[in-house]
Amino acid sequence: MANYTLQINNKNYRVDVEEDTPLLWVLRDNLGLVGTKYGCGIAQCGACTVHLNGTAVRSCVLPVSAIGTKKITTIEGLSAHGEHPVQKAWSELDVPQCGYCQAGQMMTAAAFLSKNSKPSSEQIEEAMNGNICRCGTYHRIREAVALAATKRK
Amino acid sequence: MAGGGFLLSFRWTDALTAPLTESAAGEVSFNSYLSISPDNVITILSPNPEVGQNIKTSFPMIVAEELDADWKNVKVVQANLDTQKFNRQATAGSGAMQHSWDRLRKAGATARLMLMEAAAKRWNVSSATLTTENGFVLHKETGRKLNYGALATEAATMAVPTEVKFKAKKDYKLIGKPIHNVDNAEMITGKPLYGLDVYREGMLLAMIERPPFGTKIKSADVTAAKAMPGIVDVVIFKDKVAVLGKSTWQVTKARKLLKVEYEPDGAVESTADHDRLMKQLLDKAEVKPSRKDGDVEAVFKTAAKVITREYQAPFLSHACMEPMNFFAHVRSDGVELIGPAQLPEDTRKNVAKLLGVELEKITLEMTRMGGGFGRRQRSDYSMEAAELSSLLKAPVKVMWTREDDMRGGQYRPAMRYRFQAALDAEGNWIGYRMRGVGVNSGNSTRPDHFPAGAVPNFLVDSIDHKSPVTTSPWRAPSENFLGFAEQSFFDEIATAANRDPIEYRLAYLDKAKKSPTGAVKYDIDRMKGVIELVEEKSGWGKNKKVFQGFSAYFSHGSYIAQVAEIEMQNGNPVLLKMYAAVDCGVVVNLSGAYQQVKGGIIDGLGHALYGEVTLKDGVPDQKNFDTYRLIRMKEIPDIEVYFVDSAINPTGLGEPALPPAAAALANAFFKATGKRLYNQPFMKEEVMKGVKLG
Repeated sequence: MANYTLQINNKNYRVDVEEDTPLLWVLRDNLGLVGTKYGCGIAQCGACTVHLNGTAVRSCVLPVSAIGTKKITTIEGLSAHGEHPVQKAWSELDVPQCGYCQAGQMMTAAAFLSKNSKPSSEQIEEAMNGNICRCGTYHRIREAVALAATKRK
Repeated sequence: MAGGGFLLSFRWTDALTAPLTESAAGEVSFNSYLSISPDNVITILSPNPEVGQNIKTSFPMIVAEELDADWKNVKVVQANLDTQKFNRQATAGSGAMQHSWDRLRKAGATARLMLMEAAAKRWNVSSATLTTENGFVLHKETGRKLNYGALATEAATMAVPTEVKFKAKKDYKLIGKPIHNVDNAEMITGKPLYGLDVYREGMLLAMIERPPFGTKIKSADVTAAKAMPGIVDVVIFKDKVAVLGKSTWQVTKARKLLKVEYEPDGAVESTADHDRLMKQLLDKAEVKPSRKDGDVEAVFKTAAKVITREYQAPFLSHACMEPMNFFAHVRSDGVELIGPAQLPEDTRKNVAKLLGVELEKITLEMTRMGGGFGRRQRSDYSMEAAELSSLLKAPVKVMWTREDDMRGGQYRPAMRYRFQAALDAEGNWIGYRMRGVGVNSGNSTRPDHFPAGAVPNFLVDSIDHKSPVTTSPWRAPSENFLGFAEQSFFDEIATAANRDPIEYRLAYLDKAKKSPTGAVKYDIDRMKGVIELVEEKSGWGKNKKVFQGFSAYFSHGSYIAQVAEIEMQNGNPVLLKMYAAVDCGVVVNLSGAYQQVKGGIIDGLGHALYGEVTLKDGVPDQKNFDTYRLIRMKEIPDIEVYFVDSAINPTGLGEPALPPAAAALANAFFKATGKRLYNQPFMKEEVMKGVKLG
């Protein structure tokens, strides 16, 4: 066990966990931030996607000891009340079906759009291809990413 | 309409910050579904389990429609299991809407009449002179109006009317509109909604090592696991070994140190055994037919042409994105259950039986489910939680990892079909014979499906192999593969008869209508309606640069015809587009309905292309999404969906779009390449070598 200070959603959290604990389980078990989901545990589905210094990473395979002072953003920190352009677009296009994968989808989309503000349809597909949606809401996700791009200032 | 949903989502965000009790103060209940508070909050309970079929939005819409409520004032609450108030709190067989349509309408309509009676009394006028609009009772003569909240307390004391008249379809304000998911705000902000999100004071997390199919524990050494930090206990029960602790990761690590040996406990089967067994069953002679018309033996002897084809499908994982999990707290005075359950009543019964506790002492709270697809109709995982909580005398949440879910789970049964068609010299379809066999599949056929009634000599039968491999319903049970097999076969028959597949199908549907053989249990006009609609919308046969494949299927009360469109790009067939024409009666929620159809098609295509669980000595070869491939965004075609304008009571929509999808693709693939697909997953077929779809 070791102590870590994590910067999550602009707040500092102190946790005492084993150093190989994946960030996903620190968020869920220790900090009650359950918006980040477990889907596969091997970085194949994208349900656990969070931002590390603004880049999308898979928290299910990211050991807490590797984070250091990097800033973490989870779905709970994307905005206070769902007003991030990606969240607005998701709501406007009524994207979720079961909804379980959508936090990961949105985190991937938000990180992608922060680096590519005017993406083509092909670039969106390329960026989102690592996130599985078992319900098959892919059309709406693709549309929502394009819509979110137009909402960013 | 997008604007409406936008407003809705804001309302729900606001609602999150307000305590429930405050807005609901003094609310009065009108019936099981509906209560109204004096400050005009309309609370509608949604009794059915939500797996992503959108029932939590669609059901309350129906109550609100007949109530003539303002949707902006409606607050939807997921009901717990309550067999006193509700019946059929179940997600199964796309049957919820068909079962509850009138009940929901009545709940809204009776309350509306009671509100009008209350207003009539207060204003001392006849209720016949009153109307309602958007949550108000109006007396147009005098210009008086009151909102429902102001009348609620009085209205609830009125006699409940026994006769109600439902709205005409043309007067709908909500039904048929794209109303947004009532949980959107929570979902997009990451609020706890799912079973896996349940955390309680003192709760233990449990992971369980389960035996390979057909085996039992021979020996188990749990010493090392038990000694690991954070581990509270290791328990052996029913040939399973449970590791319980305070954190998921500590339990995960300790579990790896278990040393468990297994020995056979009956048959230990592999996919090779199932291949052999199913082939034997297809060849078996005597079986009692489930439907027989005319004289099949005779017509096959004299036919000018006999076509025989076989189709095979592997086991599939349900692969719900949220793996199986359940919370249980067994106390001396009762049992608390929380989690994902498609058949919560079964879950409670099974837990009651397991623990020897009266049903009344068990509460069950339904969480939103990260997919179900039939897997959560079983209560194996909830019973595990109850048993462990009972043994440990602590609240327990059982969590299955993805590997547990895929390897120790329940599967879509592996199946085979053999079809035979007899044609005369003119290409007339005079005989039909089909057999379905499967591993724990039950009856894998639908004996009254087309061409029943249309082909005079007809025989369908099925054989089931009983196996230790656990199976359960998988979205559109049996039909998820039967739809592909049957619709591919019909395409071959039309091709053999030198006829256009749509024209040929319509001709035989006409025949079933004009001169049926035996009973016809599908609606020929509805079936023709969707076929003609998809023919028109897809521009069938008009664009010579693309290759189109057709399929049409009836299941769960609904009719769907599909056309897949393939274009050759650099010598490769690419699935660019699908068209779907749907008759599901009245469309309740247009936004949800579009997504059910598109998602069903994507699900059908994805599993047909990639899905497969194979077994070696009772152990699945696939463990996770690296070896069990799901369809991804880059592979999806564009999909156009058209609904038949219908006034028939709603029929199923969660499943019907899936069965015909793979056949439309396979039939288009044949047009483009001259090659047929018979076995799933398609990507393992010889003819698919080097082919890139999508």
